[in-house]
Amino acid sequence: MSKPLEVPTMDMENKEVLRRIEIGGDMLLNMGPQHPSTHGVINFLVQTDGEVMKRAIPEVGYLHRSLEKIGERCTYNGYMPYTDRVDYIAAMFANQGWAMAVERLLGMQVPRRAEFCRVIACELNRISSHLISVGTMAMDIGAVTPFPYALREREFINDLLEELCGARLTYNYLRIGGVAFDLPSGYEDKVSAFLDHFEKILDEFNRLITYNEIFIKRLAHLAPIPAQMAIDYCLVGPNLRASGVNFDVRKALPYSVYPDFQFDVPLGKGEVGTVGDAWDRFWCRVEEMRQSCRILRQALAQLPQDTAIMGKVPRKIKIPEGTEAYSRIESARGDMQYYVVAGPGENAHRVKIRTGSFTAMGIIDALSRGLMIADLVALIASLDVVAPEIDR
Amino acid sequence: MQGFIDNLIRGWGYDPASWPWTQFVYVAFMGLFSFIVINFAAISGGIFSWAERRIAARMQSRVGPNRVGPAGFLQWIADAVKLLFKEDLIPAEADNVLFRAAPYFMMVGFACVFVALPFSHRLIIADMNIGIFYILAVTALIVVGIIMSGWSSNSKWSLFGAIRSAAQIISYEIPAGMALMIPVLLAGTMSTQGIIRAQGPWPWQWFIFDDPAATAAFFIFFISALAEGNRTPFDLPEAESELVSGYNTEYSGMRFSYFFLVEWGNLWVMSALAVTMFMGGWQVPFLPAERLDALTGWAAFFAEVASVLIFALKTLFFVFVVMWLRWTLPRIRVDQMMNMCWKYLVPASFVSVLFVAGWMLVVRSAPAVGIAMRFLLAGAATVAVVLFVQRVAHNLRDTGDKFDFTSNW
Repeated sequence: MSKPLEVPTMDMENKEVLRRIEIGGDMLLNMGPQHPSTHGVINFLVQTDGEVMKRAIPEVGYLHRSLEKIGERCTYNGYMPYTDRVDYIAAMFANQGWAMAVERLLGMQVPRRAEFCRVIACELNRISSHLISVGTMAMDIGAVTPFPYALREREFINDLLEELCGARLTYNYLRIGGVAFDLPSGYEDKVSAFLDHFEKILDEFNRLITYNEIFIKRLAHLAPIPAQMAIDYCLVGPNLRASGVNFDVRKALPYSVYPDFQFDVPLGKGEVGTVGDAWDRFWCRVEEMRQSCRILRQALAQLPQDTAIMGKVPRKIKIPEGTEAYSRIESARGDMQYYVVAGPGENAHRVKIRTGSFTAMGIIDALSRGLMIADLVALIASLDVVAPEIDR
Repeated sequence: MQGFIDNLIRGWGYDPASWPWTQFVYVAFMGLFSFIVINFAAISGGIFSWAERRIAARMQSRVGPNRVGPAGFLQWIADAVKLLFKEDLIPAEADNVLFRAAPYFMMVGFACVFVALPFSHRLIIADMNIGIFYILAVTALIVVGIIMSGWSSNSKWSLFGAIRSAAQIISYEIPAGMALMIPVLLAGTMSTQGIIRAQGPWPWQWFIFDDPAATAAFFIFFISALAEGNRTPFDLPEAESELVSGYNTEYSGMRFSYFFLVEWGNLWVMSALAVTMFMGGWQVPFLPAERLDALTGWAAFFAEVASVLIFALKTLFFVFVVMWLRWTLPRIRVDQMMNMCWKYLVPASFVSVLFVAGWMLVVRSAPAVGIAMRFLLAGAATVAVVLFVQRVAHNLRDTGDKFDFTSNW
């Protein structure tokens, strides 16, 4: 006789907040789903006593589009445009994760020039994604000017990526086995001209906001995540590295041509406050943009001159049923993983995407206790969550 | 203005003291003047809304509204017309009466200030002997309007904004009031015109450079004025990223625009007050107040125009500074805002008042010390401005930016 299944009990308080019942004299505040600073359609159930929060419970699921299920219905090639929508701010990474997973299913090699094209596109995309992140974070703290500054630079990157693949947001640039288009003529010069300009702008950005006294006062010591806690809550990417944990998939589990490049992994040092506070997370992203510039310069210098940008991919991709593949890449929001099980026909049996924003939502409840409402906004911004990446 | 009307009545051939219609003429002119002043307040608020949008756009490397009229100057009229035609929505759960009344309280508290604010040597509605006291009293009406709007909206976000605003405005009135006591001490009067007359046209004659405590008082007043006007870094009551829009979240149409009219009109009020109290007001160089009084005919007219221009230019400079701060600084948190007021500004303002009282005794016994201090502080301010300009030039060189004031108009 089997034991009856044990039902996990939820503490009463949690249940009542989730049912939107006001507890005691506390106010229950619905922050979202149409709140300007929740970075997309997310709801936060905030139990608060005046300005001080008792806790904030993130309620996700407003932006669920069944992307993983769609992946099981589409052909392998046909799913590529859908992956753009997993994280529309850094679509190139979702493309790459999918492409790498299917390439592993096929057991194929990608031409070297295509790998360089991928790295160039991805690092440009990482800069543009981090620009959005730091810009909106400054705006959530109340400084509006850094946001247009960041978006202005992002427009240059959008122009570059548009020249590369014709799209400014959902790129659909990568293909299984390579990339869709080779770099246009003169592209290297345009990118390095942009990098020369952008590195100066980063210094200006630091002067404008990063070391602003009020900005530091708002963010230093705010919601620090100790290294162990960051690991326990499965944080990835800049959120994890801001806590001082040196884990970057590009270094730890090298993929593509990243081993060819010299770059540092910026770690949170608690320069103005505690290690792993909100300011460290902000600073990590600013520094990562600098490192992306370094990678881009090296990639442009070492670009192979051969012309193949597509490997040999069968016209109809058929993979033995039950074959599994797993890919891990360092997306702008951290470790992004694809797990694919091949199905009987031309499509997958199972697609699972693991994204950084979803796990970052889990830590908000634990960190939010005792913060103020204004801090919750800063905390959400510092974790750089993107709503579609949470729900997929 | 009473003197002006009395002169007018004398010009008609009557004695204002015994003529039975004097009071009616007074009332008629009061109506006329209040019409002019409310229009000035509203139009300056409108123009500032355009100016702020253009200035913000420049600072953020955008273009800003540039379609309606030359350089988009008529944008504020287009906005007002649009807001007039919009539906005046009142939420079903809102307290109807309070919700409708709240914007008027704000408008009244704001418009009343202009009664005691000088515009030039002769242009002032009423030069009251308690002018400063009156201004401090009527500005407090604004907070009544804000609390009413926040409470009656019956929305949690509005309530948050209103409570923040009440805490903020009431707290910062204390350092603002104490800082304003310093010019009052120095001039020996509470009349706004009297305080300007006690200063001179040149920077070293201004109250801001009278002594270190007066300089500190100016900054205390300016910070407190920012807080009372809900301007960044103290824009917590309407913090967009936190409270959606704060106390005016549920408002729409013209009622909504009243809140913003007050906010932008307040720019003039706080700047004009700073100029009046610390920056020598309308004082014209080479024309002391006594000689201005004695002038007649066209000479008096041109001197008057000069004093209006001087006052307006100084005020507009501060309006620009306030806008500049808004588009530069982040917002502080509620506890930091309260800390700053009660732990730093309030004690500093009390100490400043005591210091100035002592300093006045010192200057009375040794006037040369007072003059030396004035030149010293004015010189220090000049050095600070030069260093600032150098720093800006350095930053511009560093980034390779260029000034561009000509394109995109």
